[in-house]
This record gives sequence, C-alpha cells and structure tokens, in this order.
Amino acid sequence: MPIQTQLPTWTAVAPTLLLGLTSLVLLFIDSIDPDSTRPAVLAGTAVGGSVLTLAVAGWFLLAGTGQEGGAIELYGGSIVVDGLSLFFTVIFASVAAMVSLASYDYLQDRTYQAEFYALVMLAATGMSLMASSGSLATVFVSLELASLPSYALVAFLKKNRGSVEAGLKYFLVGAVSSAVFAFGISLVYAVTGSLLLSEVASAVGSAGDLVGVAGVGIVMIAGGFAFKTASVPFHFWAPEAYEGAPAPISAFLSSASKAAGFAVAFRVFAVAFPIDAVVPMGIDWPLLFAVLAVVTMTLGNFAAATQENVKRMLAYSSIGHAGYALIGLAALSGGGPNGNVMGASMAHLLVYGFMNTGAFLFIAMVEHWEIGRTFEDYNGLATRAPVACLAMTVFMFSLAGLPPFGGFLSKYALFYGAIQGGFWWLAAVGAINSALSLFYYSRVVKAMWIEDPTGSFDLGATPLGLYVAVMVAAVGTLLLLPAFGPVVETAQSAATALFA
Amino acid sequence: MIIEALIAITFVASMGVLLAPDEWAGRLAAALSLLPVVGSLYMWSRFDATGNALTGGSVAFETTVPWLELGGYTLNWHVGVDGISLPLVVLTTLLSTLAIVSAWASVDDRQSQFYGLMLFMEANLLGVFTALDFFVWFVFWEAVLLPMYFLIGVWGGPRRKYAAIKFFVYTNIASLAMFIGFIALVFGLGDSVSSLDMPAIAGALRAGELGSLFGVPAATLRSVAFVAMFLGFAVKVPIVPFHTWLPDAHVEAPSPVSVMLAGVLLKMGTYALLRFNFTMMPETATQFAVPIALIAVISVIYGAMLALAQQDLKRIVAYSSVSSMGYVILGLIAYTTYGVGGATFQMIAHGLISGLMFMSVGVMYNTTHTRMVGDMSGMADRMPVTTGILVAGAFGYMGLPLMAGFAGEFFIFKGAFASTVHAAMPLFTAVAMFGIVVVAGYLLFAMQRTLFGSFRLETDYEVGPASLHETVPLAVLLVTIIVLGVAPDLFFGMIQDAVDPLLDFGGDLS
Repeated sequence: MPIQTQLPTWTAVAPTLLLGLTSLVLLFIDSIDPDSTRPAVLAGTAVGGSVLTLAVAGWFLLAGTGQEGGAIELYGGSIVVDGLSLFFTVIFASVAAMVSLASYDYLQDRTYQAEFYALVMLAATGMSLMASSGSLATVFVSLELASLPSYALVAFLKKNRGSVEAGLKYFLVGAVSSAVFAFGISLVYAVTGSLLLSEVASAVGSAGDLVGVAGVGIVMIAGGFAFKTASVPFHFWAPEAYEGAPAPISAFLSSASKAAGFAVAFRVFAVAFPIDAVVPMGIDWPLLFAVLAVVTMTLGNFAAATQENVKRMLAYSSIGHAGYALIGLAALSGGGPNGNVMGASMAHLLVYGFMNTGAFLFIAMVEHWEIGRTFEDYNGLATRAPVACLAMTVFMFSLAGLPPFGGFLSKYALFYGAIQGGFWWLAAVGAINSALSLFYYSRVVKAMWIEDPTGSFDLGATPLGLYVAVMVAAVGTLLLLPAFGPVVETAQSAATALFA
Repeated sequence: MIIEALIAITFVASMGVLLAPDEWAGRLAAALSLLPVVGSLYMWSRFDATGNALTGGSVAFETTVPWLELGGYTLNWHVGVDGISLPLVVLTTLLSTLAIVSAWASVDDRQSQFYGLMLFMEANLLGVFTALDFFVWFVFWEAVLLPMYFLIGVWGGPRRKYAAIKFFVYTNIASLAMFIGFIALVFGLGDSVSSLDMPAIAGALRAGELGSLFGVPAATLRSVAFVAMFLGFAVKVPIVPFHTWLPDAHVEAPSPVSVMLAGVLLKMGTYALLRFNFTMMPETATQFAVPIALIAVISVIYGAMLALAQQDLKRIVAYSSVSSMGYVILGLIAYTTYGVGGATFQMIAHGLISGLMFMSVGVMYNTTHTRMVGDMSGMADRMPVTTGILVAGAFGYMGLPLMAGFAGEFFIFKGAFASTVHAAMPLFTAVAMFGIVVVAGYLLFAMQRTLFGSFRLETDYEVGPASLHETVPLAVLLVTIIVLGVAPDLFFGMIQDAVDPLLDFGGDLS
C-alpha cells in the first residue's frame, strides 16, 4: 500500500521539518545552558537530527513517496515532494551529518558552538526546502533561508581576518545576486501572471509580445542559480569564501549548498520553462547553460592547476565540478533522453557530496593539526597519518574520475548521458577537463605519499569526530561504485518525472 | 563463486596488511597471499571449460549478476575463465606470493603499506584476467595503475618520482585512447548490442554488424577504433616506439615490483590485445598484418640491440622484455593455433623467466649494492646458488630446450612460419629469429663479466650467499620454468582449446 494513504499528507515534508526542528532543539539547549559547555551534546544532536532526516528521506525515497502516483503537492503547489526533492534531501542530510560530526573537534575551545550547529541545521533546512519548492516565491524564500546562515557561518571565525573578509564578500555577492534573482522572478511574473512553476509553464508559451521580457527574466533567474552553484560568471566569491571559511563550512558550502542550487535549477528550468515551448520562442536556455558549463569547467580546472594552496585548489576544482554538473541542464533538448542526463548529473552531485566533503574535512583535520596549507606543507604526511592520507587519496582520485571509485562511474554516466543526447562535444570537453584535473589532484597525493617530509610533524591527539567523518566519506565514496546502480536509477527516474 | 572469492580475499587481505604493524606485515602478506595461490591451483585442477570465453564454448567458474543500467546498456558483473585467462590467473597468484617473499630482504621502509599495495595490485590483476564485461574489466585495468604508481614512487630508486609519473601519465593516456576507441565501437554497433558484455560485443563485431557513427562510415570507424585500441594496449606491452617508460620504471622500481611489472603487468597489454583487437576484429588485424608484424620484428631486434648497449644489469633484463614481448605480438598476428597459442604460452613463460631474472638481480643488488656490469665480477665465488639460478634463467631467456621459454618461442616460430595472413610472414619470422642470437649474445656477455672471473668488488661489507627466504622464491620459479618446459601441455592443451575458436572467422587469410 502506498505510504501517502497511511500518513497525513503534511508528513511528506517530514525530512525538512526534522532539520528545522533539530535547529530549534539546538537553540533550546543553548538557552538552558548558554555557556555551551557540552559540545558532545550539541554535536550529537546535530548529527542525530541529520541522520534521522537521512533515514526518513531515504525511507520515503525507497517507499516511493511522491513518485508512485505523482508528486505530493502542499500549500497549493508551493511545496512539492517528489523523487527529486527527496534525493537531494538525502545529499544535504548526509553532508550535514558528516560536517556536524567533524565540527565537534574543529570547534574545540571556540565560543558560540550551539549557534554554529543551529545555523548549519537552519541552512540545511533551507536547502531541503529549496529542493521541494514548487513556486518561485518559495524558491526565493528558501534560497535566502539557506544563504543567510551561510554568510554567518563563513564569517564564524570572527577574529580571523580571512574569515570575516570571506563572509563579507560572500554576503555582498549574495545580496546582489538575490536582487538580480528577485528581479528576474518579477519579470517572469509580469509575463505569466503566476509564481507557481506549473502555471508559469502553461502561460510562458503564450507570452506573445513579452518574449523579450520573459527572456531577460529567465537569464536573471539563471544568474541567481549561477551564484548559488558557484558557476561562471558568479563564481569569484567561491575561492575566497571556501578558503576563508572554517574548513567544515567550506565542505558544507561546496557540496550541499552547490547541490541545493542545482536542485532548484533543475526543477525550475525543467518544469517552469519547458524546452518544447520556450526554445521555439527564441529563449534557448540549454544553450546558455552549455556555454556556462564549458566556461565553468575549463576556468575552474585551469585555475585549480595553478594554485599552491591545497584548500584554494579544492575551491577552484569545486567550480570545475559545478561545470560538470551543469551538463545536466546543458545537454537537454526537445525529445532527448533528458531524464537520463539530469539524473546522471544528480547522481554525480550525490557522489560529489561524499568525495568533496571528505576532501574538505581532511583539510579541516590538517588545519586542526596546524600543519599548513600549501602542497609543500603536505609533504610526507602519509608517514605520520597513513590511514587519513589513504582516505584523502581516495577523494582525490575519485574527484579526478579514476576507477575504482564512485567519481569514475558518476562522471562516466554523466558524459555518457550527454553523448546519448547528441551533445558529444560537451562530453568531450568534460572528459578533457577531467583528464587535466588528474594533474592537480595527483599533486596532493604525490606530496603526501611520495615526497619526503620537509619538517617534523607534531600531530598530537587524533581528532576522533573529524577522523570518523573523513572515514565515513571515504567508505561512502568507495561503496558508491558497486552501489551506483540503484543510485543512478533512482535519480534518473526522479528526473524523468520532471519531464513527464 | 571462486573467482569472486579470490578477488575478495585478496582485497580484504590487502586492507588487513595495510593496517598491520610493520614488523610482521611481510609475513602476514605472504601467508595471506597463499590463499589465492591455493585457490587458483584449485581452479586449475577443476578446470572444465572448452572453447573461448568470447567466441563461444563453455566458460569455467562463470558468474553474471546485473549491476546497473545506463542509457540502454546493461553493465553486468560478469567473470569467468577460459584456457587463455586461467594460466594468467595462476601466474598472477604465484608471482605475487614469490615477489612478496622476495621483498622481505629489500623493503625496510613503510612495510605494511608496501605489502598492502602489492596485494591490492594482485586483486586488481586477478580482476583484469577474469572480467568478461568491458566495464568491470576497465575498472580493474585502471585500478592496477594506482598501486604501481605508489610502489614505484615511494619505494623506488633515486629518480623514482620521475619514473612513477612517467609511467602513470603514459599508461593513463593510453587507457583513455583505448577507452574512446572501444566505446566508439560499441556506439557504432547500435542496437545489436544492449550491454558492455565482451562476448556479446565480440560476437556482434565478428558478425560484421558495425554501422556508421556520427557520419563516419563503418570501415573507417573500424580501422580508427582498431588503431586507437592497439595504441592503448601497445603502450602497456610495451612495443617500440612506446617502450620508453619501461626502462625508467623498471630501473627505479624496487626488485619485487619489477617482478610484478615485467611478470604480470606487461601481460595485461598482450592479453588485452588478444582479447580485444585480435579476437573481436580479426579481419582488421589481418589487414594491418604487415605493419603489426613489422612492429613486432622491430621490437624484437631493437629491444635486443638496446639491451646489448646497457651497462646496468637490471636495464639489460628490462630491455630484453621489450624483445620478448615482440615475439608475443608476432605470434598473435600469425593467426594460427601455434602462433596465438604459443604467444599465450610465451606470456606465462616470460612472466616466470623475467620474474626469475629480476628477482635474482635484486638478490645480488641487495648484497653488492651495485648493478653495473663493469663493477661486478666473480659473483659465482661469493653467491654460487644465486649465480646458478641466474645462469639457468638466462638460458631460459635464450630459449634452451626443456625450459618454458623454449616451448613458447618454438610454438610462436612454428605458428608464424606457417602463417597465411601475409606472404611475407616467413620472412618476418626469420628476421625475428635472428633476435635469439642477439639475446644469447648479450646475456652470455653480461653473465661472463658479472658472474665469472675473480671477485674484485671493493666494499666495506661482506658479500656473501643469499638468505634462505631470498633463495626459495627463485628456486620455486626455476622449478616451475623447468616443469612447464618439460610438460608444456599442463597449460598448452587448454590454451589450444581456447585459441582454436578464434581462428574460425570468415575473413580472407591470404
């Protein structure tokens, strides 16, 4: 019996509610015990809440909630629960769990710990809501709900100039792109007279004389997403913010926040601006995304190749990965295997959630050890921390797309989907970029394993929470190779539902 | 399920060894690596396949489990062995164990990581030789590179970083070329295949179902894909002119790693050539018969000439691999039972003999700390047993009867002379046979100068006989080489069964 007949309809948003509730519980704990002397309780609550969300979202996904019998619509269609939203909630919840676990050690001896976890959970709530947004209004509100805590989190190390500067830069660019985004929404509303995605879709085809206005609106909305996903040309905040932010927050932003941007972009563009209706009018947004994808991955990869700082290299490579994921929007065409392409992109974002989070958390661990940030500082690290370096090696080679790791299959599926859709040149650019990326990823590996140590390491005690989080990410990256089948099938059927 | 068990046991063993303390990592790795040896020998004793895994006939220990589906193509976990792959599986397990034992004497840094990587490499090699689905095969194929990169880069000689990166970049680009070539073929087959199953693809290709792709006509597509795949595998073999990574990698790699590199990794290239190029596209291969045979002959002669010019004993053995693998290519292009079967047999024989050579050179290096032919002299006085084994190995390389190398080379020459793929094949064969003379020349020359005469190495330490755990692996290898030389039919029968169906294609053989 389908699940939705047993539970009241509103329980479909349970994963989102659970994340929000966790945040409130954290604030409640803090108000009882304002000195935050119990980091284990705080981290435990955050991890528990995320894992619970993960379990519920995974259960709904497997049980077919919002998939069998169509999407569940709430509040007049403003919130939609379907395969896509649940799939992305799984990504956010796993990343949030790993980040919270890792923060336990990272935040040692810092103040405002409860606020930190509460903000992370609040941002995750916003991301989860973004993935379920069925109207441009909820898109905007949830985008802000995800962004505002992120600004604060980037600037969390308030005595550190880099962190504060990064937060400010992130905030300013974010505010501008929010304004652009809101203006884009208003233009689309002016043309179609609705904010609901499905109603926009039916009205946009008859825009008549207002095609130009609709086109400008769509481009502005695309700009808003480009900011959230750190795609060119709204990418320049990303290296600064990822570098200045506390490393767990860099992991959170570059994995979960980016995925949230894609979640909402997939839904808005696939549902509200159907290719069959919009492209003949002259608004060729897949072409726009194709250009963005090529420029983003090339620029991100070349910039990453020239870095001397590992965290900055990862930040730029994260821009490169936004370019790969953009293929999910760029390789769409009227009548093509659109569900396959977009689903492959979603599956890549899930794998990316593990491998990229893991890589940034490893950097968090290195920061915890106070080793330094350049490639040279990593020289010979494997002699002191072999297992952690093994995990980092898994992340690096997986990000580069080498077998036998999850990143290989997800990139393969993505490029393969693009070729199937006839966009073999996009796949070719992606493959070349991917081959190029091996150069800078393997530099980290070479430094850790092959180079001789330049100085002596004094690692001190093992940060248990961080260590476990890194291991979880590594095991996840490895297991996603054999388990990739169900993942990509779920993602592709969720994506196909959007085009139905 | 025995294949899965072998791979899984080796994987788990590699993780276990990685976490073990350094003091007993080597012992633990050797003990654990005996399990796959026993398993592969059990497979050999119960082997009941007839025919070729790709072109029909029964496959032994076969499993097919659906894995995932991507855009209309199913990927399966499909493994199994036939008469071509089983000997290579046995070779892999045996050489891995022996290489691990021989490493006890020479590896004293980060041992648990070293032995863990060796076992990890063994697991992936087993996967390469047993996978029958292209995707599964490719995952294993690429995964072999990673441990090799570290094994050379961390434990190698003075120029190890250069050698490791050169190896990694060369073989990785080659894999990319091969991958693109193969995927182009699969797309070109269109609806006639619905999976990346190698037997299915081989069947469709041999049946001539290739269509055009993106406007490229089928004939051009076939030739381009053939060349792309050939280049991809040729780097791994390696054949002239793609051999330059090999001496660097060999000289810098520690001896046990050289054993694996020469003994098993090079076989991946010829095995893949046989499985993909020569099995799936026999007509195209015969069209390219002259250039391929030419490349083979050049590899034989040029490799031997290069070996002749070397001063470093390890480099001599390394270059002679280029030469020996040239014979294998010659046998493959002959397209006769003896040619292709002999090539397969020669893969095993060369794996054992080059393993023996690298290992014994390594043993000498451990005590003398030099490999230069000019520095060494009269080693026979100080290390009589090792010297005897080294000389025996050299004779094996030269193709002395009753040793495995003789059987392999004999089959290849017999097959290549009888070959009808091109009128000039007997000529190519005759020229290639001249390589034996050069091989005998440089090996005897090197032996004469290093082993015999009076000992004159000036050292501060004692140069004496090798320890027991250095000698035992050498003895085991020598015994295997002689057993296979006396009774090649231990493997050759099953190889022939697997090779014969390959030759049965409608193409023009004249």
